Amino acid sequence: MDWAAIDPILLLASLMVAATPIVLAAIGELVVERAGVLNLGVEGMMITGAISGFIIATTTGSPWLGFVAAAFGGAILSLLFGFLTQYLLSNQVATGLALTLFGLGLSALMGQSYLGIRAPAFPDWHIPLLGDIPVIGPIVFQHDPMVYVGLLLVIGVWVFLKFSRAGLVLRAVGENHDAAHALGYHVRRVRMLAIMFGGACAGLGGAYLSLVRVPQWTEGMTVGAGWIALAIVVFASWRPGRLVLGAYLFGGVTVLQLNLQAAGIAIPVEYLSMSPYVATIIVLVIMSAGRAPGSLGRSFYASR
Amino acid sequence: MNDTLLKLTGLTKAYPGVIANKDVSFAIQRGEIHALLGENGAGKSTLVKTIYGLVKPDSGTLAFDGQDYAPADPRAARATGVAMVFQHFSLFDALTVAENITLGMENPPKLNALAAQVRAVSDEYGLPLDPDRTVGDLSAGERQRVEIIRCLLQDPKLLIMDEPTSVLTPQEVEILFETLRKLRSEGTAILYISHKLEEIRALCDAATILRLGEVVGECTPRETSARDMAEMMVGEVLQVPERAQKPQGDVVLDMTGLSAPAPHQFGTALRDITISVQAGEILGIGGVAGNGQDELVAALSGEMKVRQGMLSLRKEDIGLWPVNLRRARGLLAAPEERMGHAAAPDMSLTENALLTAAARKALERNGFLRWDRARSFANEVIAGFDVRTPGPENTARSLSGGNLQKFVIGREIMQDPDVLVVNQPTWGVDASAAAAIRQALLDLAAKGAAVICISQDLDELMEISDRFCALNEGRLSEPRSAQGLSVEEIGLMLGGAHDMEVAHAHG
Repeated sequence: MDWAAIDPILLLASLMVAATPIVLAAIGELVVERAGVLNLGVEGMMITGAISGFIIATTTGSPWLGFVAAAFGGAILSLLFGFLTQYLLSNQVATGLALTLFGLGLSALMGQSYLGIRAPAFPDWHIPLLGDIPVIGPIVFQHDPMVYVGLLLVIGVWVFLKFSRAGLVLRAVGENHDAAHALGYHVRRVRMLAIMFGGACAGLGGAYLSLVRVPQWTEGMTVGAGWIALAIVVFASWRPGRLVLGAYLFGGVTVLQLNLQAAGIAIPVEYLSMSPYVATIIVLVIMSAGRAPGSLGRSFYASR
Repeated sequence: MNDTLLKLTGLTKAYPGVIANKDVSFAIQRGEIHALLGENGAGKSTLVKTIYGLVKPDSGTLAFDGQDYAPADPRAARATGVAMVFQHFSLFDALTVAENITLGMENPPKLNALAAQVRAVSDEYGLPLDPDRTVGDLSAGERQRVEIIRCLLQDPKLLIMDEPTSVLTPQEVEILFETLRKLRSEGTAILYISHKLEEIRALCDAATILRLGEVVGECTPRETSARDMAEMMVGEVLQVPERAQKPQGDVVLDMTGLSAPAPHQFGTALRDITISVQAGEILGIGGVAGNGQDELVAALSGEMKVRQGMLSLRKEDIGLWPVNLRRARGLLAAPEERMGHAAAPDMSLTENALLTAAARKALERNGFLRWDRARSFANEVIAGFDVRTPGPENTARSLSGGNLQKFVIGREIMQDPDVLVVNQPTWGVDASAAAAIRQALLDLAAKGAAVICISQDLDELMEISDRFCALNEGRLSEPRSAQGLSVEEIGLMLGGAHDMEVAHAHG
């Protein structure tokens, strides 16, 4: 094999790109789960976002409008989940699984005439000054804007949960919905908003795949990214900082194994392909020490 | 000057199938501790939820401070000056004390400033509390303090307390009463819901009594006997359990130097317990919660094994026997926790009957269940112990606490045990149901069974036991004849103040 084919700077730079869809989807699901809702439909919302964003971006020629549409697409699909689980009190696990299957089918239908088209270009940002720093500049500061949007979202969620009153109410609803209700907080309203935020973030993550990373539309193109996002939320103990760590680890091993494949290493491709999943889960399992939100996955029924 | 703070007029609230409140009217004065009395299901909870804005009445009006008052939600109630301490604490385990308190406030200050306020209020009212601790680590008494301080920080004009003492030790109850008296002296009105009559007589200035959703009487608790109040609550003359004089029989159960390590981090080790229990007697075991009660029940029932020679049933060593073998030989137990320990909440009463009675009542044959026999056994328990339920196919969860307790105790008694171990048999049970359970235990002993009754309710133990002993840090005191035992003597047996602190640490 040819080690010279692997450029460490390029490798680290593409790590951030590879991790971004996971970061986006996982930070949304983290908020949903902190509100006490388990939405297993992340994969379905991601791929719906991927096709919604792709359609709008290719029709209008603007990737930005594409991302907005992706967020809407994911959020609208999550509303379906929210209505079923919060108002009709359906089982969250079963509904989430159904949402994934529904999203996969719906996106395939929507995307039939968009196969084989290229997405409009989404140029990288060359951030002045910072981008000129040797080594660190190309790794961290020369990416497309969505990489930074994802990181800002994580910081925003962390600040929201830790320092804002609304964040405290959201955590309270997730911890003990009966007590929150008794204190006069609107459990359903908080949860619906959280579910929609989660849907929008998943949609952005999906669109990042179809508009930046690939960038074109193929059926089932999320290939389990939604599931890994779900796993990362749990293994990161519902904490934003660890979530980024987990996502970057996943992105890192993904990029590394692709490079190794290209370099022709003598390990069967199947093992390399599974390595990001295995490595992420092992590391996060070792690290995980957290406690799930008290009301996670339980239906809330207010007796009046 | 008008001293009426809250006036209720003709409040009615119906749920499908039941009328929770029917034309309820009464008034609460400023600076008064007003008791709301009633059995389980009398409509107390619905009424206070109405005052706190959690329930909208079908008809009737409220007036607060002379103004019309119709709170849309608890926030509106809090803004008016009504605060409430819930029966089942409305706290968030994963959050800190300060975070929990800020969630119950309308215009909370920043967390740092709030922590200082919490310290100030907790000093002023003698309720020590650290604002930075996580609520999940606190004892029941400390959790209640969080709720009370949350209310006090709002300067409420009316404080509602829903059965506040049901989870407290006697010492914690005294601290709570001091706080409430101090609040009263400052002009705060308190609506105090309970069915513990002696507490109400010690604390309250006025009482309104509810039965089946209607006001059936008002009284001044200090001048009314507990018995009269109980009869107003129940609507009938209360039966005081009668004991029959009975001959003492042979020793059936022997504990000889029974010792066991603490089963988990928060448990208590059993230390050298030696006592013999005779057929036909009721042995009462008192003590503050967390002094080894659960462990003793587990050792007797077989959930926790003990070494050879420590425990024998009719001279047979049973320390290593499994639960079902002990049951089959006549040693039965009813643990304290109803939901999840004594009964499986989501299984039907028939299934719950099967779970402990399968062997003694021959409800199974060759591994197959005999449903018809199980059902008729469940029906016998329901009829024999006046369990109010539409039928044995209902889940254990659907029963009220008192009804489920009657079912759980009845299920064991109807199996004709030779030895019955019960822990807190009337915890959270209303007066008439408690009297029925005590009578059933007395009847069982009169028929020749040995009964070990572990309870924190000393009045109950004095009422039914022949011999009394105290459990203290896993040690059992010398038994004394219960007749003629004074409160002071019992207090000494329970071990004084030092051990109470230990009990708190375990709680």
